[in-house]
Amino acid sequence: MNESMDFLLWTRGTAFDVSVAIFIVGMLIRLFEIVSLGRGRDLAAPRGTEFLPGIRTILSRTLPYGGTFKRQPLTVIAGYLFHIGLLVSLLLFIPHIELFRETFGFGWPGLPNPIVDAAAVLGITGLLAALWNRLTNPVMKMLSDSEDYLVWILTFLPLLTGYLAYHRMINPYPLAMGLHILSIELLLVLFPFTKLMHTFTLFLARWYNGAMSGRRGVES
Amino acid sequence: MVDTKTKTLGEILRHSGVSRRGFLKFCTATASMMALPPGMVPAIAAALDKARRPSVIWLSFQECTGCTESLTRSHSPSLENLIFDHISLDYHHTLQVASGDAAEAAREEAMHANAGSYLVVVDGSIPLGNPGYSTTAGFSNLQILEETAAGAAAVIAVGTCAAFGGLPKADPNPTGAVSVRDIVTDKPVINVSGCPPIPVVITGVLAHYLTFGTLPELDQYGRPKAFYGTSIHDRCYRRPFYDKGLFASTFDDEGARSGWCLYKLGCKGPMTYNACATAKWNEGTSWPVESGHGCLGCSQPDFWDAGGFYNALSIPVGELSRTVSYATAAGLGLGAVAAGINHRSKVEANRRHGEVTVDDLEKTS
Amino acid sequence: MTGATLERGLNAFKEQVDAPVAAFFSSCVNCGMCAEACLFYTETGDPKYTPIRKLEPLRRVWEQEYTVLGKLKKMLGLARPVTDELLQEWQELLYDSCTLCGRCAMVCPVGNDISYMVRKAREGMVASGNSPADVRSAAERAVRIGSPMGLKYKALAAQIKRIETESGIKIPLDVEGADYMPLLSSMEIINFPEYIEALARIFRQAKVSWTLCSEAFEATNTGIQIGSSDIARELVQRIVDGAEKLRVKCVIAPECGHAYTSIRWEGPNLIGRPFPFKVLHILELLDELRASGRIKTENLSNERMTFHDPCSIVRKGGVIDSPRELMAMVSTNFVEMQDHGKWNWCCGGGGGVSANTNAEALRLKVFKRKKDQIEQTGATKLITACANCRLVIEEGLEEYHVELPLEGLTELVAQHLVEDK
Repeated sequence: MNESMDFLLWTRGTAFDVSVAIFIVGMLIRLFEIVSLGRGRDLAAPRGTEFLPGIRTILSRTLPYGGTFKRQPLTVIAGYLFHIGLLVSLLLFIPHIELFRETFGFGWPGLPNPIVDAAAVLGITGLLAALWNRLTNPVMKMLSDSEDYLVWILTFLPLLTGYLAYHRMINPYPLAMGLHILSIELLLVLFPFTKLMHTFTLFLARWYNGAMSGRRGVES
Repeated sequence: MVDTKTKTLGEILRHSGVSRRGFLKFCTATASMMALPPGMVPAIAAALDKARRPSVIWLSFQECTGCTESLTRSHSPSLENLIFDHISLDYHHTLQVASGDAAEAAREEAMHANAGSYLVVVDGSIPLGNPGYSTTAGFSNLQILEETAAGAAAVIAVGTCAAFGGLPKADPNPTGAVSVRDIVTDKPVINVSGCPPIPVVITGVLAHYLTFGTLPELDQYGRPKAFYGTSIHDRCYRRPFYDKGLFASTFDDEGARSGWCLYKLGCKGPMTYNACATAKWNEGTSWPVESGHGCLGCSQPDFWDAGGFYNALSIPVGELSRTVSYATAAGLGLGAVAAGINHRSKVEANRRHGEVTVDDLEKTS
Repeated sequence: MTGATLERGLNAFKEQVDAPVAAFFSSCVNCGMCAEACLFYTETGDPKYTPIRKLEPLRRVWEQEYTVLGKLKKMLGLARPVTDELLQEWQELLYDSCTLCGRCAMVCPVGNDISYMVRKAREGMVASGNSPADVRSAAERAVRIGSPMGLKYKALAAQIKRIETESGIKIPLDVEGADYMPLLSSMEIINFPEYIEALARIFRQAKVSWTLCSEAFEATNTGIQIGSSDIARELVQRIVDGAEKLRVKCVIAPECGHAYTSIRWEGPNLIGRPFPFKVLHILELLDELRASGRIKTENLSNERMTFHDPCSIVRKGGVIDSPRELMAMVSTNFVEMQDHGKWNWCCGGGGGVSANTNAEALRLKVFKRKKDQIEQTGATKLITACANCRLVIEEGLEEYHVELPLEGLTELVAQHLVEDK
C-alpha cells in the first residue's frame, strides 16, 4: 500500500542498523584474522628503520610510478577518476556529512552541491571506463573473476542511485532515496567479505611493504 | 436565509455576496491547482454554478479534530468555507447540533435517501487492536466505517490519520490503528493527507467532484496528483540555497537569518509531496518553511516514525551510535575468536612441519 | 623424511601465510599494474605472467584456511582446491618466469610485496615436489658436495695457488681473529677468479685484516633459490660456523645477488638468532674504504660505461649509492640506464632462473628488455656486481649478437687502484 515510504523507512531503519552491524562485525573479524597471523621478528641487523618508511610508502603509493602511467594510462586515469569522484561524493556531500556527524559526533565542511554533482558524474564515468578497461585489457580480463565484477556493481550502484535521487530522476523520491540507501547497505554488508576490504587493508599492505624495504635501506 | 437544500452553489455564493469576479478567481485558482488547462475555467465555473449539494457523511475516528479545524476556523469567511457550507453535511460529530440517537438517525437517513451517491469523509484512523478503543454511540469505528462506506459513491480520507494511520499508528501503534484504505477496498478512496491537510485541497477535491462528477486522478498513495504531484523540495523557494550548498545549521545562525536551506535542521521537504509551497496556509500568508521551520513530512505515510523532526533526512531512523557500539563489542568478541582460530591453525601448521632435506625434493607416489 | 607430498606442500603454504601476506591478498583488486613492471609480461605480452597471478595457489590456501568466508566456502565444497595438477602448472609461473627481482612490489598501488610472497610460495612448491629438477639437483650438490656447481675446496685451493704465484700476493686462509671474511660464489671461483685477485690487491693496499675460510667459502645458497628455508638454513649454518670458528668481525658477501640476500637478510632468521658478526656487501666495504681514504684510484677511464644494478643487491638489498660512488672512482664517463637503482630491470636470470634449463628460452626472450636498456645508454662497457647477472647478460648479449665487454665493479676498482709497490 505505502510501498515506497515503507521501503524508505525500512532502509533508513532496520536495514541500516543490520547492515552497519554486519559491516562493523565483519570488518573487525577480517582485521583480527589478518593481524593474528603475525609477522616473524626480523633478526637481521637493520640498515634503516621501519616506521617512517612505512608511513612514507602509505603516502607515496597514492601516486603512480611514471613507467606504469606510460604503459597503462587508462588504468591510472580511470582509477583516479572513480576514486576521487567516489570520495568527494561520499565525504563532501552535506547530507552525508550530517550522517557522519550523527554517527561520530563530529562533521566537517562540505562542498556546494553542483561540485559534488560534477564529482559524481566523474566518478560514474571513471567506473564505466574502469569496467571497459577490465573487459578489454588482456591482463585485467585474465585476472578478473566474478568477485571483481560484483564489487564493481557494488561500487557503481550507490553512485548511480545517488545521482538519480539527487536529480530526482526516479519517482517517487522516497523510492529513489530508499534505493540509494539500499545500495549502500548492500555495499556495507558485502564489504568485509570482498576485495572492497582493500580500502582499509591497503594501509596495512603499504605499511608492511614500506617497513620491510625501509629496514633494508630502500625507499619503496 | 437561503434554502440551501434546493439552491445551486452559484445561487448560494451570490447570496453570500461573492462577486462574479471573485468566483471566477476561485475557479481559476482551483483549475490551476488541479493542473487543468485555463480553457477549462469557464466549464468549471458553469458546472460549479449549477452544482447541487451532494450529501456528505463525515465520520471522525481516532483523530484530533485538527482537520476539521483547518477547514472551518479560517480567519475570514472564505470560498473554501462557503463550498464546504454548500455540501449537505448530514452527519458530523463535531459540527452537528443533533446528538445521541438523533444524530445516528440522521446518518442512517442520509445513507438510505442517497444510497449509492453520497460521499463519506473520514478523519482519524481505525483501531483494530480492540474495538473499544474508539466508539461512537456504542459502535466501533470499524463497524461504522464498513456500514457507512457500503452505500457510498466514494470515500475521502481527510488527514494523514485517515489516509495512512497517522499519529495513532506511530510505532508501536498501541491501538492497532489502520487507514481507511486498509478497510475500504471496494470503493474509490481519495486520500487527502496532511496533518492537517491544506483547506484548498479538501475543497479542491470536492470542487472536482462537483464539477465533473468524477474523482480526480490519484498518485500511488491514492492522493490527488494535482496537489501531491510534486515535492515540497521541488517547489521550495529556498531550493536555490540547497543547490548552492548553503544551509542553516541552527535556528538562530546567520544562515537561518539569511533564509538558507533547512535540510540540516531536519527539513523533510525532499521526501514530502504536498502543495504547501504553492498553496500556502492561512489565506496564503505563509507556510512552514517560509516561517523558518523545516517541513515535517506530515503528508507522508509514517512520518512520525521517519526519524527525529530535527534530524537531517540522511540520518537513519534508528539509534546509530547504539548500533555502532553494540556491533563493535560483538565484533571485538568475534574478532578475538577468529584470531584465536587462525592463530591455532597456524601453530598447528608449524607443528606439522616436517624438515625438508634434499632427500625430500622428489614426489613420493 | 617422507619425500614430497601434496599434503606437505599445502601445510607449507599454510605455514607461510603471515599478516603481510594476508594484508596483501586482502588488498589486491586485480588492477594488473604489476604486469607492467614485470619483464616476463612486457617482453612476451602474455598475461599469464602477471606477477600477482603467480600466487594463485598461495592465495587459495590463504582464503580457504584463514578467512571466514573462505572457510565457509571450503566447508560447502564451493572452494577451488589446490591440487597437484595446479601446482605442476604453476611451476613455470613461480620458477621459470619469476626472478624474485621485486620490481612489481615497487609499483603495486596497494603496496603488495609480490616477490616476498613468491619466495614464500616456493616453500609449498618444494614441499609438494613441484620445484624444477635442475634447481633440485643444484640444491642436492650444494648440500652434499658443498657447492651448487659441484665444486670442492680443492678447486679453490688450486685457484688460490695460481693467483698467489701470478700476483705475488699472499692470500690469507683460515686466519683466526681476522677482521673480514670474504665469501665467494662458485661462479667467481670458476669463471671470474679475477675477483679474488682484486680483493687481495685492494685489501693489501688498504691494510685490511682478512681471511678466507676453507670450510666456509661458498656464498651461494640454492635453498634460497629453490625456496626451502630448511635447506637454506643448513647452507647458512656452514658460513656461520666458519665465521664463528675464525672469530671474524665481519663477513663479506661477494658479487652475487642472492648470496647477499641469503647471508645478509635471511641468514639470521633462518638460524633463529642474530649473527655475532656484521655482514657487508663487498661494494659497501669498498665504499667505506674509499670514504675513509684507505683506497684511492688513478688513470680514470673516459670510456662510456653503464652499471647494471643486481636486483638483490640494489632494489632488495639497499646497496644503492655505493656502486655509484665506486663508479665515480673509475670512470669520468659513467651513464645511468633510464630505469636504474631501485627501478632497475632484472637481467632475467635471478631467483634461480639461470640454473633452470626449462626457463632458458623464455629467459633469453625477456632479456630483450635489458639489452634495449643497455643499448639506449650508448655505453661501450657494462659494469655489474653480480656474477650471475654477468653470466646471464653475457649469454643474452651473445643471443642478440651484441658485442659489449662486461666487468665486475670490484675488479675495475682494483685496476685503477693506487698501489704502494
